[in-house]
Amino acid sequence: IAPPPLGPPSSIAPPPLVPPSSIAPPPLGPPSSIAPPPLGPPSSIAPPPLGPTSSIAPPPLGPPPSIAPTPLGPPSSIAGPPLGPPSFVGPTSFVRPPVAPPPTVAPSASLSQPLSRPPMGGSSTSQPPPATFQRPPITSYPTIASSVAPQTSTNQQQMQRQYQQSPAAAVYQSNVTRDGWNVGWGTDSVDLLQQRQVLPPGGVEPPKPVLAQDFVRNCIPDILRCTFTKVPETKSLLQKAKMPFGILIHPFKDLEQLPVVSCQQIVRCRSCRTYINPFVVFRGERRWECNLCYRINELPDEFQYDPVSQTYGDPSRRPEVREATIEYIAPSEYMLRPPQPAVYLWLLDTSRQAVDTGYLQIVCDVLREQLDNIPGDRRSLFGFMTFSATVQFYLMPEESDSVNMLEVGDLEDIFVPHPDDLLVNISEQRDQIEKLLKTLPQTHANTTHTQSALGPALTAAYRLLYSLGGRLTVLTSILPSIGPGILKAREDPNQRAATDVLHLNPATDFYKKLALDCSGQQIAVDLFTLNSQYIDLATLSGISKFSGGCVHHFPNFHVHLNPSSVSPFVSCLTRYITRKIGFEAVMRIRATRGLTITNFHGHFFVRSPDLLSLPNINPDAGFAMQVGIEEPLHNIRTAAFQAALLYTSSRGERRIRVHTLCLPVTGNLHDVVNTVDQQAAVALLARMAVDRCQNSTSTDARDALVNACIDALTSYRNSLTQSPGRALMAGHNLKLWPMYTLALLKSISFRGGLSTKLDDRVFAMCELKTLPTRALIASIYPDLYPVHNLSESGALNIDDEVVPQPCRLQLSAEYLNRDGAYLADTGSKMIMYVRSSISTQWLNDVLDVEHFAAMPQMIHELPELDNNTSVLLNSFIKHLNNNRPYQSPILILREDSPARLQFAQLLVEDRTEGAKSYVEFVQFLSSNVK
Amino acid sequence: MVFSFAAFSYICALIIDAFLIFFAIFHIISFDELKTDYKNPIDQCNSLNPLVLPEYALHVLFNLMFLFGGEWFSLCLNIPLIAYHINRYRTRPVMSVPGLYDPTNIMSHDVLNTCQREGWIKLAFYLLSFFYYLYGMIVSLIATS
Repeated sequence: IAPPPLGPPSSIAPPPLVPPSSIAPPPLGPPSSIAPPPLGPPSSIAPPPLGPTSSIAPPPLGPPPSIAPTPLGPPSSIAGPPLGPPSFVGPTSFVRPPVAPPPTVAPSASLSQPLSRPPMGGSSTSQPPPATFQRPPITSYPTIASSVAPQTSTNQQQMQRQYQQSPAAAVYQSNVTRDGWNVGWGTDSVDLLQQRQVLPPGGVEPPKPVLAQDFVRNCIPDILRCTFTKVPETKSLLQKAKMPFGILIHPFKDLEQLPVVSCQQIVRCRSCRTYINPFVVFRGERRWECNLCYRINELPDEFQYDPVSQTYGDPSRRPEVREATIEYIAPSEYMLRPPQPAVYLWLLDTSRQAVDTGYLQIVCDVLREQLDNIPGDRRSLFGFMTFSATVQFYLMPEESDSVNMLEVGDLEDIFVPHPDDLLVNISEQRDQIEKLLKTLPQTHANTTHTQSALGPALTAAYRLLYSLGGRLTVLTSILPSIGPGILKAREDPNQRAATDVLHLNPATDFYKKLALDCSGQQIAVDLFTLNSQYIDLATLSGISKFSGGCVHHFPNFHVHLNPSSVSPFVSCLTRYITRKIGFEAVMRIRATRGLTITNFHGHFFVRSPDLLSLPNINPDAGFAMQVGIEEPLHNIRTAAFQAALLYTSSRGERRIRVHTLCLPVTGNLHDVVNTVDQQAAVALLARMAVDRCQNSTSTDARDALVNACIDALTSYRNSLTQSPGRALMAGHNLKLWPMYTLALLKSISFRGGLSTKLDDRVFAMCELKTLPTRALIASIYPDLYPVHNLSESGALNIDDEVVPQPCRLQLSAEYLNRDGAYLADTGSKMIMYVRSSISTQWLNDVLDVEHFAAMPQMIHELPELDNNTSVLLNSFIKHLNNNRPYQSPILILREDSPARLQFAQLLVEDRTEGAKSYVEFVQFLSSNVK
Repeated sequence: MVFSFAAFSYICALIIDAFLIFFAIFHIISFDELKTDYKNPIDQCNSLNPLVLPEYALHVLFNLMFLFGGEWFSLCLNIPLIAYHINRYRTRPVMSVPGLYDPTNIMSHDVLNTCQREGWIKLAFYLLSFFYYLYGMIVSLIATS
């Protein structure tokens, strides 16, 4: 709520209202983008002819043309709130105008934007007493009337569009109005038995929670997302909805704009310790009501000062109450000890098998290249250890510039020799580090050890980092075979296709216990496995799971035998080394009173019911929490979740990143079911199913997924006012659920019947647990684009580069033409599939080959050629690669390539061995939904 | 007045049962502390785990005495609990130390609730059986005199 002094209308010159944005980078985000058009056009639109008499004139533009430009101006810079009192003038009169076919009114397209928020325009002309404008009562949020108005108008616009598009409207004349409304409100439904194409060609956008305070920006769904956009009021309602309730969070996501606040006192609720956020209610000037526990708190004096405009007296303009995602620089009371330096310790496998893959050279090269890009400050420490049948330490004493290797063979009770010389300062002893990186591969080139003492090496690393904390990176490629932590090959290759998968649980608790010890000392262990043989990831991953680390798996990595495996490894490693990192972190999730977090999913250690201990936090880690309703949320209009991540940045600053998501509460089953966020729900179910696999059996987990889908569709059916007969109805927000469920059943984690290596499966499960929602959905249901006919129509123009936007296709072979080329994008890799009748022109343009027969079986790089087709395709792929941790490797397959199975596996809607096709699955669901 | 073996076993059962009641109370309090954020799950598991097997052993001990004393009815009352204990221990998470509780999954709402409910039910059972053993002791003492 930002009630800037509107003053008397005449003084509403827009520019002065725009505060210099020094602290809060996007304080005026969307509004400012609206600002220009209204200021411009009005003068051209408002020429007197429209005057008071003209009936077409949108009322808001109202009588005196001289005022017309001004009313449109201010609201744009005010992000909404002034709607308050004036809109009472009569919402209806404002709602209507956009409905009347605008073309006659709107001389330019730019008008349609201001029109969608008409009430503000008219408001100032209707002369409410200026006094109320000066300071609209902060406590009174715009009432329903005012906030509904803009929505209604946009909805109706949508509705009109739908009229023109949907042929159904023509057929069912009688239902036109109702359908239109349904579409407008997002409650339209489809019969899944009839309608096979349910995927929106433009991609799925997460539904947005609609709040009464819709001028306040909510947390973006990529960071914090709830499975419902309207929270059910009571437990029984949630049970009736039969859908999972939870939140998905990506707390340390790389953000382009993040307001950072440094203040002496961070304003928090005194009873529940919630950070002040945009959804609190101000009670007068000096007090605010917490939106989680409803305690009334005092505002400190400092909060009256607005750092943006450098003025006093208006707490509602502080960035803390304008941004749902904000970062604080924490004062000293948030530190248990002085912020730790960035500490990086690498633990590399130097057994014969590992050295043979050639990974050591690559790791050393990448590290040497990126040594300057490792996040940290002057205090950063760096160290190396290697292990084979013994554990090797590398001493880099400060006084000399030599590097000495020490080998320790006593594995039962390992000790750390000269701990002071093992971790060295990156900036001061850089030469030694470089020297070590240069010589390391040669040192071990002729090793004859074929055993791995991973357990003792980890223990030694833990002891080395004990007093400091930091990040331990482990690269290993064989099963630990000596010393404590020894593992056995448990996998039976003949059982790889079995429906019930065994050995998904750890064989020993050695790694888990060590991970808990590490977690207590703020050490995170990140695991890279580069194995060609079974390595028991189910047990090994414990070391990362409970210490807040990440797991990366590169099966069959070999520099010479499998050259295509190198580039993904290099790009992943580069990203890993250079990405941001937070040390000694904790994350606390708070929720409105009555809601409790029941289960957590991700890599961390749960220290108390709402506190996760994360020795390290990385920007690619996602988390999920299941939420339960303990007390009914009666008489509450909104529920909120707040995630606060306290961490030490690599520069030694203690920071708190706070995300707040606010959702409306509803007591209506229809609302709950209709506003579910299917992607979030499926992502949460996938995580729950992974747990089920571990605690029970895979068959059980698969059944649970199917049952969840049946339940969701059943409760949708029950929420309909009239019985749909035999049709399998699914709402707009539900129609992709069966498809995603089917995709999950066929994903590497849960599939049965297809031969899957145990390690691959366990890794896929780790990914399901930790991927952020968008990446998770892309990994189970990849985006498929036709790329043989990219055109500039409908293309985006980003930085003078034309980015074509082909429609997404559903993942079934029936949508693939014989003369096409298709790109499947799973987020972690892209596969382009070139069909045999593809035009030679296209092959020539894009791949620089004469004809299909001349095309190699597999290509690992897309050439950049100087013609339009190639430029379009390359810019499209570059666009897809934006906003992801690292560039996805691309694989180009021709239709008859032996590797085409890789592509065929992605077509999850087709029937595969032991699994249904989409049509069969929907029929199966329909027979079970009653 | 001469003690029969049955009377002796009831007296032992009474004393042991009092201990078991304390165990159950401690169990409930511990989980409540976990729920309300007072204790670190690692510490809490470390203090609870060593008590699991002694509790089971004490319970089995007086049931063995019932068996040898021919107190079939009392034994039957306790057999379900013994079976539950055996099953519970059989399906425990992978651990290298004796005990049941794993700090990594104990904070899950379901596990926490299950454990707490288990504590209350056991407490009720031990309390009721305390009075039953008292009764049994008196009966057997009267029978012998």
